[in-house]
Amino acid sequence: MARLPVAAEKIIEQFGPHLNFAPQEGYTGRDEPDKVVETHCCFCGMQCGIKLLVKNNKVVGFDPWMEFPFNEGRLCPKGVQRYLQNNHPDRLMEPLQRVEGIGFKPITWEDSMNKTIGEIKRIQHTYGNDAFAMLSGVSITNEKSYLVGKFARVALKTRNLDYNGRLCMVSAGAGNKKAFGLDRGSNNYTDLKKAEVIMVCGANVSETFPTLTHWIWQARDNGAKLIVVDPRVIPLARTADLHLDIKPGTDSALYGAMLRYLVENDLLDHDFINNHTTGFQQTIDAVKDYSLEWAEQVTGIAKEKIATAAQWWGKAATSFLLHARGIEHHSKGVDNVLGCINLVLATGRIGKPYCGYATITGQGNGQGGREHGHKCDQLPGNRDINNPAHRKYIAEVWGIEESEMPGAGYTAYELIEAIHRGEIKGLISLCFNPLVSLPNNNYVREAFEKLEFYATIDFFLNETARHADIIFPGSLHEEEEGTVTTAEGRVTRIRQAVTPPGQARTDTAILLELAKRLGVGDKFTYNTSEDIFNELRIASRGGTADYYGITYEKIEKNMGVFWPCPSIDHPGTPRLWEDKKFATADGKAHFNPVAYKDPGEVTDEAYPVVLTTGRVVSQYLSGTQTRRIGKLVNQYPEPLLEIHPELAAQYGIAQRELVKVVTRRGEAEFPANIVETIRKDTVFIPYHWPGRKSANQLTPGTLDPISKIPEFKVCACQLVPLRKTAPPPQEAPAYNSI
Amino acid sequence: MSTAYYKTEMEFFVDMQRCIGCKACEAACAECETNGQQSMIHVNYVERAVTIQTTVQVCMHCDDPVCANVCPADAISKDEFGVVHTANTARCIGCSNCVMACPFGVPFKEEQYDMMMKCNMCYDRTSAGKKPMCATVCPSQALYYGTREEMRQMRPNSVPVNTFQFGKLEVKTKVNIMMSAGSTMLKVD
Repeated sequence: MARLPVAAEKIIEQFGPHLNFAPQEGYTGRDEPDKVVETHCCFCGMQCGIKLLVKNNKVVGFDPWMEFPFNEGRLCPKGVQRYLQNNHPDRLMEPLQRVEGIGFKPITWEDSMNKTIGEIKRIQHTYGNDAFAMLSGVSITNEKSYLVGKFARVALKTRNLDYNGRLCMVSAGAGNKKAFGLDRGSNNYTDLKKAEVIMVCGANVSETFPTLTHWIWQARDNGAKLIVVDPRVIPLARTADLHLDIKPGTDSALYGAMLRYLVENDLLDHDFINNHTTGFQQTIDAVKDYSLEWAEQVTGIAKEKIATAAQWWGKAATSFLLHARGIEHHSKGVDNVLGCINLVLATGRIGKPYCGYATITGQGNGQGGREHGHKCDQLPGNRDINNPAHRKYIAEVWGIEESEMPGAGYTAYELIEAIHRGEIKGLISLCFNPLVSLPNNNYVREAFEKLEFYATIDFFLNETARHADIIFPGSLHEEEEGTVTTAEGRVTRIRQAVTPPGQARTDTAILLELAKRLGVGDKFTYNTSEDIFNELRIASRGGTADYYGITYEKIEKNMGVFWPCPSIDHPGTPRLWEDKKFATADGKAHFNPVAYKDPGEVTDEAYPVVLTTGRVVSQYLSGTQTRRIGKLVNQYPEPLLEIHPELAAQYGIAQRELVKVVTRRGEAEFPANIVETIRKDTVFIPYHWPGRKSANQLTPGTLDPISKIPEFKVCACQLVPLRKTAPPPQEAPAYNSI
Repeated sequence: MSTAYYKTEMEFFVDMQRCIGCKACEAACAECETNGQQSMIHVNYVERAVTIQTTVQVCMHCDDPVCANVCPADAISKDEFGVVHTANTARCIGCSNCVMACPFGVPFKEEQYDMMMKCNMCYDRTSAGKKPMCATVCPSQALYYGTREEMRQMRPNSVPVNTFQFGKLEVKTKVNIMMSAGSTMLKVD
């Protein structure tokens, strides 16, 4: 029974979100901490080094970690204030049970475990093993990602495990595997420094990866030209040498036309193409009709600007192409990624100093979390769950029969659809807040209401956890040892600064206890996170994501090690493909033809305006953490509808007027923010907020056919001005909206 | 107050081009124990309706600080390193003369304490050989603390300027603003 036990207002009263502000004089003990712990930020894929100040088993402040090479002390406002998630009044400190009409009541660990195990067994006995599913996230460490993958297959014995990286990096991963046979950014960011041209495609770097901005500016100081592809003038685009103001959903047309330009003007690296790639001819055949005029018509970017971009890209001696969710959150996300890779391969600028290509991984462990068997079709080492040899190897590592290994399950959004159909009846989740982060979330909520049993492990009671039957109080980032792999592919150490408060336990301890009670304790005999990592090393050995040669000691000594690192004496691989031996079966890089397709939903008379969504600098993803930190909330207190003055004038919309935005999925009201920094045919809403303030009430569940990523970045909407000014945000708070 | 480690060759540079408006500087500044969760540095949109451009304003630490000159209580002082210190708590009478006089609009009156507050360039950090907190965390390095020579080598396309013309008033400052190569002065009419 996964309906809310009482009104949401009552749950919020008890469990928040409440806003945490540091005391005016700072937390006691900040000046004389018991220890200073070198670790990393809990938020994005940059994984900036940071020192946490600890007093009496509480994190009481931070200090910049100047020596960590990626950020050298630099942080964004989320990083500066990350310490306020610790010591938070909303922290879950005891197991909770749903009680109809009352809310959530404390329960013993014994009872919470018994109830959960009982329900897992009942559901699996009644409906089959696959009727109980697991959803996880990638803010967790490599050790926990590996553990979740093993727990689902060995303890739950279900094929239905997927993760929130499905909303994040999967299009990039699929594209990279097709082109290179391996899923990792090809270069680390030091290769930005002397790149002559940097092209940033659909990546709001300064708001979502602020500390990467410095690396791009270092290149610009050295004379690099910066091209930014984005429908909005994002902070990085403001000073860019070229801003390609693309219409959402048309990215592959741009890259197709640029490729055609390179071909027509012979700005190609023929040696590289001939010796190290396949598929070039089919790929250029696919774009032979993509003239600049055609691309201008499709993308809305002036053809002169497209030509300039292609010319700069074609003539550069060194370059770096970066992309992120802006091109990946599409029903053709993989196509867009391949379109970018085709430009990189055509000019042969990869595998050499200052010749780079990378997706910018979004979540804290978005890179590592997508390598260790955390995905529905994957086993550790980025192995394929359908490949008999891969299954056999991992079954041996796990001590099970290959025949016991479940097959591929549903991807995250398909899993929600399966709950809707009644095919999946029970769920356990960790570190995932799908009621805010998945598209068409009214539909998602209906699915959760159909579950017969739902248990969740989390440190705050997020919007999705309100639907749970059992809530296990798990651990914050700073409460457990482990490793993460940054967007650069650098494996770094996360250090435990404090132990979980009250009765809370580490996520690992909870999963191990559940495994034991499911009768497979003998397969999960770890005493420390390092024990899990050492098994992960073996499990990944020989896979494309090979961690075998990485040890905790080596990570600590070198401030991170880049995978692949196949042996103990191997130094790691900061830059891939220097030997031009790609990880594909034929050892070559693969061009992939990309024919242009429209997005899943296009504008029409009924829904005439393009809606796109994204983030703001002071919030992180579904806001479970950042909507609880006072100053971060105040910095951008509510989602605003960004709209161009010409489009606003068409509807007679005034600044801060409430506008109802309607799509085929739902409707929601937002104050208008009339700005010239967005295309005239497009509106933008950031998505971090819940309930009636959630942009994901509007977004479509259209999936990329390969990566199964939802199309968050483009849909069609109507704008209905409500002829009233929005109340000030403090009068109608969005951070705890229902 | 130890001055043993104060590196006089270190200067503060502000490059508005690089500012991404993220407010990491404000958040970090407010963490200082003497600031009581108030930031002494301020980030604002220039005109959000037309541009995403933000400006960041830190105390410029003037050679001849107007704030100190107009202070009737002699609460504001400039030290031997050119740092203009925030009001001496014992002396400040909360008159707001400095707030009105500063050409850069830096000092503000903290009503709950009835006194002026402003940046002292993280004296606790800079006097111990560290960078000010804002320039340490700034993710785009729009705020940079280092030597003029480092700046010249790192950012050859722009030059530091620390002379400002406000009408007939010329103000020289310890803090530099990065401007396009060849610039020598910033005129504010």
